[in-house]
Amino acid sequence: MSEQTGRLDRGGRIDRSRPMSFVFDGRAYRGFFGDTLASALLANGVHLVGRSFKYHRPRGIYAAGVEEPNALVGLRQGGRHEPNVVATTVELFDGLEASSQHRWPSLDFDVMSVIDRFSRVFASGFYYKTFMGPFRGAWMFYEKFIRRAAGFGDPPLEPDPDRYEKGHAFCDVLVIGGGPSGLAAALAAGRSGARVVLVEDGAELGGALLSRPQGGDTDAWLASAVGELKGLPNVRLMTRTTVFGAYDNLVFGLLERVGDHLPVPAPDQPRQRYWILRARQAVLATGMLERPIVFGNNDLPGVMLASAGRSYVNRYAVIPGRSVVVFTNNDTAYGAALDLKAAGADVAVVDVRGAIGAELDRAVREAGIALHAGCAVARANGRKRVRNVEVCVFDAVRGRIGATKSRLPCDLLLVSGGWTPTLQLLGQRGAPLAYDDKRAMLIAGAVPAGYRVAGSAAGEPGVRQRVASGMRQGGAAAEACGYAPSPEPGVLPVRLPDEPAMTGIAPVAVIPDPPGAGYRKKFVDFQHDVGYDDIALALSEGYESIEHLKRYTTLGMAPDQGKTSSFNALAIAAQMLGRPIAAVGTTTFRPPYRPVSIGALAGAETGLHFKPTRRSPMHDLHARNGAVFITTGLWLRPWYYPMPGESIREAYVREADAVRKSVGMVDVSSLGKIDVQGPDAAEFLNRVYTNAFDTLPVGRARYGVMLRPDGIVIDDGTTSRLAEHHYFMTTTTAGAGAVMTFLEYLLQTAWPDLKVQVTSVTSQWAAIAVAGPRSRDLIASLVRDVDMENAAFPFMGVRQGHLGAIPVRLLRISFSGEMAYEIYAPAGCGETLWRAISDAGPAFDLVPYGIEALGALRIEKGHVAGAEIDGRTTLADMGLARMASKKKPFIGSALMQREGLLDAHRPQLVGLESASGDMALRAGAILCEPGRHQGHGIGFVSSVTYSPALGRHVALGFVSRGLSREGDVIDAVFPLRGEVTPVRVRSAHFVDPEGRRLNA
Amino acid sequence: MLRIACPYCGERDQVEFTYGGDAASGFPALADADLDRWTDAVFIRDNPRGEHRELWQHQHGCRQWLYVVRDTVTHAIQSVVPARDASPAAGADGR
Ligand SMILES: [Zn+2]
Repeated sequence: MSEQTGRLDRGGRIDRSRPMSFVFDGRAYRGFFGDTLASALLANGVHLVGRSFKYHRPRGIYAAGVEEPNALVGLRQGGRHEPNVVATTVELFDGLEASSQHRWPSLDFDVMSVIDRFSRVFASGFYYKTFMGPFRGAWMFYEKFIRRAAGFGDPPLEPDPDRYEKGHAFCDVLVIGGGPSGLAAALAAGRSGARVVLVEDGAELGGALLSRPQGGDTDAWLASAVGELKGLPNVRLMTRTTVFGAYDNLVFGLLERVGDHLPVPAPDQPRQRYWILRARQAVLATGMLERPIVFGNNDLPGVMLASAGRSYVNRYAVIPGRSVVVFTNNDTAYGAALDLKAAGADVAVVDVRGAIGAELDRAVREAGIALHAGCAVARANGRKRVRNVEVCVFDAVRGRIGATKSRLPCDLLLVSGGWTPTLQLLGQRGAPLAYDDKRAMLIAGAVPAGYRVAGSAAGEPGVRQRVASGMRQGGAAAEACGYAPSPEPGVLPVRLPDEPAMTGIAPVAVIPDPPGAGYRKKFVDFQHDVGYDDIALALSEGYESIEHLKRYTTLGMAPDQGKTSSFNALAIAAQMLGRPIAAVGTTTFRPPYRPVSIGALAGAETGLHFKPTRRSPMHDLHARNGAVFITTGLWLRPWYYPMPGESIREAYVREADAVRKSVGMVDVSSLGKIDVQGPDAAEFLNRVYTNAFDTLPVGRARYGVMLRPDGIVIDDGTTSRLAEHHYFMTTTTAGAGAVMTFLEYLLQTAWPDLKVQVTSVTSQWAAIAVAGPRSRDLIASLVRDVDMENAAFPFMGVRQGHLGAIPVRLLRISFSGEMAYEIYAPAGCGETLWRAISDAGPAFDLVPYGIEALGALRIEKGHVAGAEIDGRTTLADMGLARMASKKKPFIGSALMQREGLLDAHRPQLVGLESASGDMALRAGAILCEPGRHQGHGIGFVSSVTYSPALGRHVALGFVSRGLSREGDVIDAVFPLRGEVTPVRVRSAHFVDPEGRRLNA
Repeated sequence: MLRIACPYCGERDQVEFTYGGDAASGFPALADADLDRWTDAVFIRDNPRGEHRELWQHQHGCRQWLYVVRDTVTHAIQSVVPARDASPAAGADGR
C-alpha cells in the first residue's frame, strides 16, 4: 500500500480519523472520509486515470467536480458495475473498487494508443465520410472493430441487485444549487414561509465556499446559514441530488443518489430515487464552471483547471503538484495560485494580459509568485505527466504570438480560460443565452416565466454579491408565490469579508502556434477527443452552423455534454468565421444535465410491476383447481385445466370436446362491460353500432360491430336491452378501454345533447359462459325463477333471475357455436357462482375450459377476434357486410365507402386447411399464389388451431377475393423458417355452418 | 411535463391525461355522406405554430374530455374547459 505523498499534513474538509482503503486498477490505496475517488487518487500521486475515447491518449484528472471530462471509471463489480462514472463526483467509501476505461491490456501500456499516431485518419467526419459515403459497405466490415476500440465503458452483464424508487414532490420555491447564492435564496424564501426545496448535487452544502481555505469568515457564514435552514420546517434540503431536467410548467426531474456513496445501499433504502418535482417558482443558483484554454498538448495528465487545483488543496488537503505553473487569462486563477503557494508549492503565473490590477499584483509579489505577464503557454511537454511548458510572448489583443521564450519546468499546470455560468436547465427550456463581452461569458438572456437566476450563474463576481443576489431572487420567488417578504430580507446571519474583485479577463480561448510550430494536439472536447483542427476542418467543409459543427465533430456529444468544451468551441468557431460570438449562437440543451441510470427512471416498475395485473374474481379458485394461466393484455386468464399428466394439447382438446358433446364452463369476466343508460340510449347505440339497436326489444341481445370514423372495424360484442332506457354492452377483452374512451369522446365532444350516461362496469361483474348441448339442462337445474324452455328463452334472449341465492343476468348467446349462456353476477359472488355451477356439473359431464379451447371453438366457427379485428379490416373484409344498416347513418358509414375500402381485390376472411396431409399452419404466414412467393402476396393467416371437432389443423386468414376462391390451393409461406405449406381455401364456418346447434 | 388544470379535479400531471387530437374541426353531421367533408374532418390537420385547439381526456381522473388551447411553441396552456361546453367548432351535432 503506497503512501499518500500528495496529502497535506493538516487542513481540508476530510476526516483523518476515518481512513478508507480502496482499489484502482487492482492496486490498493488509502484515502480519508470526505475524499472523492479523484482526490484520493491525487493524494496517492496517481494522475494518469484513463485513456481517451478516440486516440487512446493518456489522460489525467482535469477538474474537481461534475464537469470532469477525463476521469471516467468503471465502479464496483458484477451486477452493481457501473461504467463511465465520473471519479471527481464519487465519494470515497471503504472497499471501493474502480478501474480505468478505454485501455487494453493496461492503462500504462495501451495497444490502441497507436491510433494517436494515425490520428489524421480518424479526423472529424471520418465515420461519416468513410461509411456513409459511396463505400457504405465498409461499415459492415469495420463496425465491430471500431465499436470495440471506441466504446464508452463496458455495461454490466448481470441483473442489477439494487432497488430504485420514484418519488413525487411539490414546493413553492425550488432552489437549484447549495452554494452561497442558493443558500441565501432558500433563506430568503424560507423565512417568508414559502415551501422551499433546495437541491444540491454534492454531499455537502456550500458550493464553491468549500474550496476556499478553511476556517475563514465564509465558513462561519456557511455554518450559520445551513444551521438556520435546517431549523426551518418549511425548507427541505436535498443533498446528493441533481436536477437533471427542467420540463414544461416548472416540472423538474431530480436524481437523488441515496446509496451511491455506500458500498451497498442500506438494507431498507433504494440505491437511487427519481423525483418528479412540481414547483411554482425556481431559482437557478447553479454556479459556473471554469473553462480550459486550448493549446498544444493541453490534455496531458498534470494539466488541470485552476479551480480544481484550489479545490484539491483547500477542500481535500491534497497538493496535486509541487512545482506549479498557473496559466490564465483572468483574475480568478490567482486565488488558486495564492492558495497553492501557501500550501508550500512553487508557483509561477503565466497571464496572457500585459498587466493586472495593482491589488492583485501586490498580493502576488508579497507571496513570492513569479508573474509572466503578456505571455502564453503554447505547449505542454511530457509523456504521461506534464514536465514543462513552453512560454511565449503573447499579444492578447491582436492574438499574436512570439517564438518560445522559455521552458518552465513543472509537474502541474493549472489553467483558467474564464468562466461559464451553468445555465443548461434554462437552455432546456429553450431560453436564449446572451454573450456578455465585458465578462466574456454567456449569461441568461430572456428568462422564462417562473425562473430566476442568482449568484455566479448570473455572473455575479464575489461572495458578497452572490449572497445578496440569492437573497433578492429567493425573496422575489416567494413573493411571486404570494408570501409576504420576510421582515429583514437583506440581513445575513454573519458578515462576509470584503474581497478584492476578481473580474478582469482577456477573452482568449485558444493560443496560436508559435512561428514555425504546428501543434496538432490541441483539444477542445477532451471526452470526445475533438481538437482545434477538427473544428477548422468542419468549418472549411462548410459546416458553419454551430449545430452542424457539433454533429460533424461530435463536440459536446459525449456523456459530459460539453461542460468544459462548448463555450470554447463557440469562441473558436466565431474567431475562425470572423463573426461575433453572439452571432454564432449556441447549441440546443436537452436533458439530462448529468447521465441518469435507466434503473432510476424505471423505479420499482420492473418485472411483474412493469404493468398492473388484472385477475378475475374467480382467479384464486382457478388456481386451486390447477388452472395454468396465460397473460392476455393486462389480464391473467385460465389457459387450460390439465388433468394429471396431460399436455396443453391433450387438455384443450378434451375441454373443447366436452363443449361440443356435453357442456363446458369458461371464465369470461375479462370481457369489457359498459352500462348505457338514458332516454337517448337507443339513439346513441344506433349511431355507434353499424346495425340497429333502437329496434331491439327489451329482454333481447344483439351482436353489434363498431367502426372507427374512418370506416375500419374497432370492436365487436353483444349488447342487451335490459329496459327501455337501459342497455348492457359487452366488448372484447382487449378493446374494452378503447371502446369506453371512444363512447365518452362521442358523448362529450360530438353529441353533448344526447341524454346518455356510459359507465364501465367491467370490474363489477363476474361472467361465466356455459356452453354445450347440455348447458340448458345444467342451468335449468340451478335457476328456479326463469323459464329456460327454448320457446320461452330463445337464442339471443336475456333474462334476469337467481342462481341459487345469487342475482344473475342470463344471456343466451354463443361464441362457440353451441347452445350457450353467459351468466353475469356481481363480482363478489363470482366464486360462489362458479362453485354452484361446478358442483351441479358432474351429472351433466361438465368440464371447465380455458382460453386455448375457447380460441379453438371460435376458430372452428369462423368467429372473428382480435387477430382479425386488427385495425385494418372492414366489415366486408370479415364477411360482415350484412351488419351495416342501410336505413341509418352510423360512425364510419361515410368513410367505409372510400374507394380503397370498396376494392374488390381486398383480402376477405376465409377458412384454410392444409392441402396435403394434416400440417399445422402458422399465424402470420403470407398467402401467395402457388410458386409466386413475392412481395406481400395475396393475404395472410390470422388465427390457427388444431380443431378437436374436425380432428385436423385449421386456420382463418384473409385472401384477396377469397370468397370466390373456395377450393383453390394456394401457398402459406413463412420466410422466417423457410416454410411453404400448400393450403386449401374454404368457408370459415368449419362446424355447423347452418347454426342449428344454437337454436336447439 | 405539462400540468393541466382539469375544471373538475384541479391541476394535474400530464400523465393522467390522454391526448385526443385536434379539436378545431368536429365531425360533419352523421347523415352527411359527403366523402370530402368526412375526409377533411378525420384526416386533415393543421399544424399551427402557436395557438392550438386540442382535446385531452382526463383518463386517470374524472374521465372528462377537455377542450384545451395550448401554444405549440411555449406549451403554455391558455384555457381548459369541458369539451361539452366548448365552442361549436369542437363538435357538430350528430343529425
Ligand atoms: Zn378531471
